[in-house]
Parts: sequence; C-alpha cells; structure tokens
Amino acid sequence: MTTDQGLAPSRPRRRRRTPVDWVRDGGLSTLVFALPLVVIFGVFSWLPIGRALVMSFQETNLVVTSWVGLENFRAVLADPNLPIALRNTGYFALLALVFGYPLPLVGAVLMSEVRRMKGLYSVLAYLPVVVPPVVAVLLWKFLYDPRPEGVFNEILGWFGIDPLPWLQSATWAMPSLVLEATWAAAGGTVIIYLAALLAVPPELYDAAEVDGASVWRKVWHVTLPQLRGILLITFILQIIGTAQVFLEPYLFTGGGPANATLTILLLIYRYAFGQSLGADYGEATALSLMLAVFLAVMSLVYFRLTRAWSNS
Amino acid sequence: MRSLTKPTTAVLAASAVAIGLLSACSASTDAPDSTPDASTSDETSPDETTPAAPQDVTLRVVSLLPGSDQAAFDAFDERVAQFEELYPNIDVEAEEYEWKATTFAAQLAGGTLPDVYEIPFTDAKTLIENGQLADVDAQFNALPYAGDFNEALLEAGKGPDGHVYAIPAKSIYGVALHYNRALFEAAGLDPDDPPTTWDEVRAAAKAIKDATGVAGYAQMAADNTGGWQLTSATYARGGRTQVVEADGSYTATLTNPATKASLEFLRALRWEDDSLYADATLNWGTINEKFAAGQIGMYTSGSDVYTALAESFGVTPDSSGLKVSDYGLTAIPNEGADSGVLVGGTLAAVNIKADDAVKDAAVKWIDFFYLQPHLDEGPAVENAKIRFDNGQPVGTPVLPIFSREQYETSLGWIEEFINVPLENMTGYTDVMFDQPVVGEPSASTQEIYALLDVPIQAVMTDQNADVDALLEQAQTQAQALLDEG
Repeated sequence: MTTDQGLAPSRPRRRRRTPVDWVRDGGLSTLVFALPLVVIFGVFSWLPIGRALVMSFQETNLVVTSWVGLENFRAVLADPNLPIALRNTGYFALLALVFGYPLPLVGAVLMSEVRRMKGLYSVLAYLPVVVPPVVAVLLWKFLYDPRPEGVFNEILGWFGIDPLPWLQSATWAMPSLVLEATWAAAGGTVIIYLAALLAVPPELYDAAEVDGASVWRKVWHVTLPQLRGILLITFILQIIGTAQVFLEPYLFTGGGPANATLTILLLIYRYAFGQSLGADYGEATALSLMLAVFLAVMSLVYFRLTRAWSNS
Repeated sequence: MRSLTKPTTAVLAASAVAIGLLSACSASTDAPDSTPDASTSDETSPDETTPAAPQDVTLRVVSLLPGSDQAAFDAFDERVAQFEELYPNIDVEAEEYEWKATTFAAQLAGGTLPDVYEIPFTDAKTLIENGQLADVDAQFNALPYAGDFNEALLEAGKGPDGHVYAIPAKSIYGVALHYNRALFEAAGLDPDDPPTTWDEVRAAAKAIKDATGVAGYAQMAADNTGGWQLTSATYARGGRTQVVEADGSYTATLTNPATKASLEFLRALRWEDDSLYADATLNWGTINEKFAAGQIGMYTSGSDVYTALAESFGVTPDSSGLKVSDYGLTAIPNEGADSGVLVGGTLAAVNIKADDAVKDAAVKWIDFFYLQPHLDEGPAVENAKIRFDNGQPVGTPVLPIFSREQYETSLGWIEEFINVPLENMTGYTDVMFDQPVVGEPSASTQEIYALLDVPIQAVMTDQNADVDALLEQAQTQAQALLDEG
C-alpha cells in the first residue's frame, strides 16, 4: 500500500522539488513542530555532551584552561581508586541483578493473579517510587541504625539474629544500598510488567489450562516468552542504571566506609566536586566519556546478541 | 478650514520642538557628572564639592548555617539593618551558608557563590593561584587598621604578588576537646577535672559508656573532616603529616608513629572498649548534631564550635539534649616532644566577578560585620548587645585575629553581655595562649585530608583493619599529589 502511494504520484512530476513543494508537503510545519524539541535537546543535552568531550582533553577549573591531550585519560587509568570503583560498581550491579531484577517480575506476576483490590497492590508497589529519593534515603539511614536498638536490628532481634552493622561495615554497606535501591526502584518496573502482562492473550492461558498445565508451567511457557521483549529492555536498562549508581552511595555513605561503596559515578563526582577547590573537571569528563563509551558498546553488543531471540 | 490647518500644524510642530528642547535641557541639568559643571565647581570651591553620590550596590553576603535558630537570624538581620543605615547606597542580601568541601566546589564552579563568602585558611592560596578570588588589596589597605593584623594570619590570604585576596575574619580556632558535663557526672567523673592525657580520655569514654550506655567518644570521619581531625590528633601526639624540604618541596609523612597511635587509639575505643560512637559518616555538622542531642560524651573540634552549637544545633539553657550548663571545653591532650595544637580559621573572600563598586561595598561589610566588633568599643558593644538580646552566644573563646591585648581589651568591652558558660571552659581558656600552635599542612591540604578519611573509616568499621597498610597507601597517594604540585 505505502509503496504504491509513494511511487505512483511521484513519477509524473520528475521536475526539481522547489521550496514551495517542501512547504506544501508539510516540511515547514514538521520543522516548526520539531524545532522546540531540537533546540531544547540540543542546548540541554548535546551541548553539554560536546562540552564534556572537549573538556576531557583540557585541564580546567572553568577560569583557567589549558589543553593537555590524553593526560586526563592517563591519570584516570592510573588512579588507584579506579579498580576499587569498578569492583564496587560491578558488585552493586551483580547484587541488583540477582536480587533486584527478578523481584519486580515475581511481584507483577503475583499481582496479576490477585483477583480483588488489584489497584491497591499497584499503589503499594508504586508508592516508594513517589517518595523523593533523598527522603527515602534519610528514612532508610534511620532504619539502618547499627545499634541494637536500631529499627532493623530490633526486628532481627525478634528472630534471635545478632544486630548487623549495616552501613557501618565494608561488608554490609553495599548489600544495604542494594536493598534500599531495589525497594525504591521496583515499583516502576512492576508497573511496566503489569502493563505487559495485560497484553498476553488470555487464550494462551486457557489453552495451557486445557492441556493441564500447572501455574508454574503457565508462567514458564506462556508468561515469560510473551514478556521476552520487555524483559530484554528492562535488563539492559537495569545494567545501564546500575553502572551509573550514584545517589545511594552518595547519600548513604559518601563512598565509605573506607571506599567500600565508592562507585564509578561517585568517583567522577569526587574528581569534579570532591575537593573544595574544584578539582579536576578534565579527569571527571574523561572518566564519564569512558563510561559512556563502554555502556554504548555493551548495549550494542547486547542487542546484536539478543536480536535473534527477541525477533523469534 | 484650510486656513486653520496650517497654523495648527505649525503650532504643533513648534511645541514639539519646544518639548524636545525642554527635555534636552532637563537631561543636561539632571546629569551630575556633566563635564562643564564638574570642572567649574572644582575650580571655584573644591572644598564644597560633594563626592558624586555613591553608586547603588546590591551586596550578596553569607549569613548563618542553614537551619539556624530564628533568633540568630533576627540578630543577624539587625546587624544588616545597621549596616544599611550606615551605607544607604548598599543593599545587603544575605543567604545561608555552610562551607563544605563537597558543596563549595560546586558553588564555585557554578558561579553561585555570593559576593562575600567564607573560606578556610587551607584553601586560600590555591584559590588565589587559580584566579578565583577578587583582589581586594586596595580596599583592604584603605582600612585604618590594615597594619594591625596578626601577620601570620594575614599571610594566609595573600597571593604570590603580595596582594591581599582574603581577609582573616569570623574566628580563629585551636582544636580542643568538647565534653558533656552531665554525662561525666552520670559516670561518676568530675566534670571540673576533665581528662588531660589520651589515656584519661579513653578511660573517661569507657566510664561513660559503661555507666550510661551513651558513646563516650566520637570521631569525625567523612567529607575530609576525618583527615582534619586525624591531623590534629597527630599534632597532639607530637607528629606531623607533612614536612617542607630545604628546596621548598613537600614530603608527606603520614606513616609517622603519632598518626598510627591516633588510629590505634580509635581502634581500641571502638573494638576493645566499645565506647566510640559507631558511625563512620560523621562530619563537622553531624557530629555537632549528635553532641547537641546528648548522644556523645566527648569529641574534638575547633574551640569556637560552641557558637555553632548554640546558634544552629539547639544547645539552649533548657534543651532536652545538651543544656548550656552541660557544655564543657578543655584543651586537647598534648603528649610528646613536638606536640602542638592544630590552628585554623576562616577568611572572608570576595567573589572574582565583583566589580570595583561591589568590592568596595564588600570590604565595608567585612569591616563592619567581622572586624569592627574586635576593634572598636562602640560596634563591639552594639554587636554583643544585639546578640545577647536575641539569646545568641557572646564571648566564645577564639584565638585573636589582631593581638592578644586587643582580644582581651575587646572582651573587656562586652563583659556584661558574655553569656557563654566561661566557668566550664577554663580547661581551655587557662592554657589557650600557652599551648604551642601548629598551622594546618600547607600543600594539597584538603585532598590529603580526604585521603586520611579512609584509614579512619577503616579502623572504625573493621576490627582487623591493617593500619600500616592503610597509611602506606595514603602516603603513596599523598606524595603523588604533592609531587604533582
């Protein structure tokens, strides 16, 4: 249909397209409609990205600027904190993947099975997303009080479990952050999964039921394959999100104790703002760029690898 | 009709011209600086010349810590009103301010700092070298008392060109030991006989913990304040974290025995006695908060911290946490041959973006708000009275910006308004002028403080932290920073 419509009228007028044609074909209104978006996107997104690219080759405190070539990249790669930040970020991503990724899916599947008061559960699941992150972190900081009378430790005490140091230990700090981050972010993903679940044709379940499938088999053979596309997207979004984790370590621990929660983004922040003297915007942008390139490449590889699977 | 039209047009045209001329005239008479007028008046009667009306200036200054007591803001506003009365052309806009290593850089980079702001001694040199502070040399030297400053303090705000870029203001502190007298009593300790050695500090901390369950001692550990206090603890045990070589280069000496002993002290309190407040994220503000809430027995911080405790952290005569009468201040224990008290302070700086008019106004404000109360009886009494009437602390012990005599004289002026519990601060005030003082390390100060946060946090959170390895690592990183320059 579309090709017919597109080709047939264009053949008789082979003559050059004039600006008038362009306007008549809606080019102008397209441009007018697109312009605000292009301008806003350009000024607030692409300009800073371009500026960051330039800055990564400079040494600058925004007053005095000099070109230093690849020096910033060299300095970042030689920083003894970089391996620590990489390891911590990887650890956060792993924990978030193992505990944080399946949780919303399980929640969504269970919620879709509930017959009454579905709305209530959606609201309850989504509520943490509505709480401003800073408020949530302050609240959780209070809950994570390491003393035996701290809220979580009190609860652990009911089950005869010794108090945990939570944020006050290099071992427990990261899992504590993941716990809060999962609580804070799960609601959004649950809503996405719930919407996707609605799109699964009910006949498939009916057919499975006729075949005598158990609930587990229905989930495994009907629900999951139907959600495949969404699952792939949320997976890569989760990876990108966790690679850029900043808020939790920044607000909970400032990267401590003893750099146990220093993540890549926090390291970037420290380069740029960690010192009162406005340390190193060059190094900060250099590391940002390396992270961006790494994530872009990874996303590309990921979509290549999973293309076959998602199209089938 | 036609005959009428022409004259009407002519009249209209004429009046238009006339109006134009009138407005031209008024414009020329209004302008006070028009050259002929000025030159004539200069020639005829130079004495009667009134200086051109000063330009109207809006001056943005920093006020108090965010979340300070309303009465403290009221007192501040009264001072602003006095200043504006004195200089009607200056309109002061105040904003809340807390210097933090992490937020200051963002404000500096974002260009959102006000015209007058406060910086620690440690930052001035680098900010000046980076061209981030306004040169206020001319305005500073116009002050009648420009030559009276304690030269060592003034040096902190001078650039390589010898010009003054930042002026010692607000307060100069020596690190001291702050303690909760009520907790001392509850633990059966004599609050009038506070600890004078680190062993006594440890014993008191344990006694407080055992008797009351409240942490006996607390330690700043985050946002560079851990490094700041570890450096102070090192000085107090006779060590140094940095030395200047003969050729002017710097060597980091973080693996010195005094720094190790300071960390071992914390480890013992945390893991052997369980008397240390188990939070490795405390900084200057949050440790004040805990202390003011009565959750801490002792901690070290600047000797001037009482002002902040009362203004911003809720230490009042009838507080449910720390009451004014519970506050105790004593000298930090000094042990070892070269031991000394870490001294630091605040400089007032002017935004690099300020033009001459703003710079003039800025130094007027620094003079009026920060310095006059130290120098002149009238302003000193007025300032003290306003603060006293608003229930704000007057007379917190600080080190002198000018001379010791000047400081003691100025305390004499305001004696009747002094409302801080001086009788509970004698452990410090009796020795404050006799203690050997040591300035903060001068090169890469805040960056090395940041590196030192790590070992502090490590010993506070890991029983088996390897102090030697941690300091070795910090030493390597610090030396790299120093070599970089």
